[in-house]
Amino acid sequence: MMKDSLSKKQACNFTPGQVITGKWHGNKYRIIRILGEGAIGRVYLAQTGGRLVAVKVARQAMSVSSEVNVLRRVSKVQGLSLGPSFLDMDDVVTSHGTTSFYVMEFIQGEPFMPFVINKGSEWLGLFTAQLLGDLHKMHAGGWVFGDLKPENLLITKQPYQLRWIDPGGITKAGRSIKEYTEYFDRGYWGEGDRKAEPTYDLFSVAMLMVNRAYPSRFRKTSQKGTDYIMEKVTGAPLLHPYFTVIRKGIEQKYEDAGQMKEDVLMVLRNQKRAAVPSRLKRKSVLKKRNAPVKKDAGPPVTRERKGYLETVFFASFLLTIYILYLVG
Amino acid sequence: MSQGTVRQILLITDGCSNAGEDPVAMAAMAREEGLSVNVIGITNEGDESERGMEEITQIAQSGGGMSEVVYARQLSQTVQMVTKKAMTQTIHGVVNREIRQILGTKQEMEDLEPEKREELMEVVDELGETSNLDILILVDTSASMKTKLPRVQEALLDLSLSLRSREGENHFCLYSFPGKRSHVDKLVSWTPQLDSLKGAFKKLSSSGITPTGPAITEAIKVHMKRMKKGPSDDERLFIEETGM
Repeated sequence: MMKDSLSKKQACNFTPGQVITGKWHGNKYRIIRILGEGAIGRVYLAQTGGRLVAVKVARQAMSVSSEVNVLRRVSKVQGLSLGPSFLDMDDVVTSHGTTSFYVMEFIQGEPFMPFVINKGSEWLGLFTAQLLGDLHKMHAGGWVFGDLKPENLLITKQPYQLRWIDPGGITKAGRSIKEYTEYFDRGYWGEGDRKAEPTYDLFSVAMLMVNRAYPSRFRKTSQKGTDYIMEKVTGAPLLHPYFTVIRKGIEQKYEDAGQMKEDVLMVLRNQKRAAVPSRLKRKSVLKKRNAPVKKDAGPPVTRERKGYLETVFFASFLLTIYILYLVG
Repeated sequence: MSQGTVRQILLITDGCSNAGEDPVAMAAMAREEGLSVNVIGITNEGDESERGMEEITQIAQSGGGMSEVVYARQLSQTVQMVTKKAMTQTIHGVVNREIRQILGTKQEMEDLEPEKREELMEVVDELGETSNLDILILVDTSASMKTKLPRVQEALLDLSLSLRSREGENHFCLYSFPGKRSHVDKLVSWTPQLDSLKGAFKKLSSSGITPTGPAITEAIKVHMKRMKKGPSDDERLFIEETGM
């Protein structure tokens, strides 16, 4: 198997415009462009019968079979909605040999992290809640996502909706996690093993939120994993509303994704309430505009930073109009 | 096969052998004995010495295993991935042999239609999860490896963590080469888990030779001895103590 690793690499290398025809089912796919590359193989955007699809090509036939098997069985879980649907699996014979591939629904969306970074922290909560809802169903069906990270998540428009795209890490509950990424892996942080269980995913969800404040991520130190991560959370004001949710996720105190989702929703509800008084105080903020900005102190502060910024922005807008009025 | 044992040699090195038998030939011998040899090559950033890397690939090829060349900081994730993938590969090989016996032709899993392949893959995954693993880790501790050893230590503990998350049993043992007086030194004898490797790499020889071939030969012997004798006395003691 290793002997032909070079030709296998070439065999899963397709060029735009190339048409691949399945050996068993005879479906044709016109390659448009490459969407991504991973440890196992490549994903291409392709066209078939007037619709766009994602074609995943692997260097090894067995990894395709394994993933398809998981995707097929996971898609049978009742109510699961955020993953791609499975369409076809086949082999293609090229001059470099036979390669296996499978076809999924093409999910057109924006990458998760840039999207939430450009929006207020309430969006982080909202998408996290959506993700937790799906994870809850997946866990109930006996599966664990495994490799949860921003690269495996997309945001689609109208309405804004979170979707996950890579089934490569999905593992049957009770087995060992198939694929993981160190930053999101509790084993890396010394906070547990790599057995597929709901708490494994919930740890990753908490790290996903932490990642929002530290886009370039950080590495472990000699300090205990939870302590170090929570220190980082304390140092990031935008995570403060989610302080407790993140801590319980990291410490794996949640029994299921439903509980964690409920807590995230609670934060979102409280944020809304906190935002109202800040608008009422608009006048006083206008007066204090040049006063030094008070830093958010402790983690349990629930004041919504976005609302605060909005107020300042609105105040300066009023001031500008006022100055224009005076000048005019 | 359900309670079968997959036997591996995991070689961690940063370069080329320069003493004793050809490691590529020794890896082929290991394969004949039913072992697979996986090799992790550690390279310094910006310095990939062609010759050493070529040898790493060849050892794994003739040893029926997998190889990967990485920077020291990527070691943990690579070591566990290579070990698990190599296990699947070994089981896949066994399943393929079964298929050939049943179908009597040169058929392999890849020649079956996708749906059947999928069902078989489920069996392969299942076996990968439940079969036992005996893994002999062979670490190159020649002078140039000195700075990389803390990373190696970290990666091995991480490997133990990953494998412990499986359903099947695991047994590890750890050897280093070159040894003080012989080609290899035993650092840790067969144990169900690597807990603490503190001090394991303390007493190292700083000799300039890298006897990779002889080290593999020794590793084969250790494996064969275990295969014939079953669990060692040390291990029984461990099992009694921990009440496993």
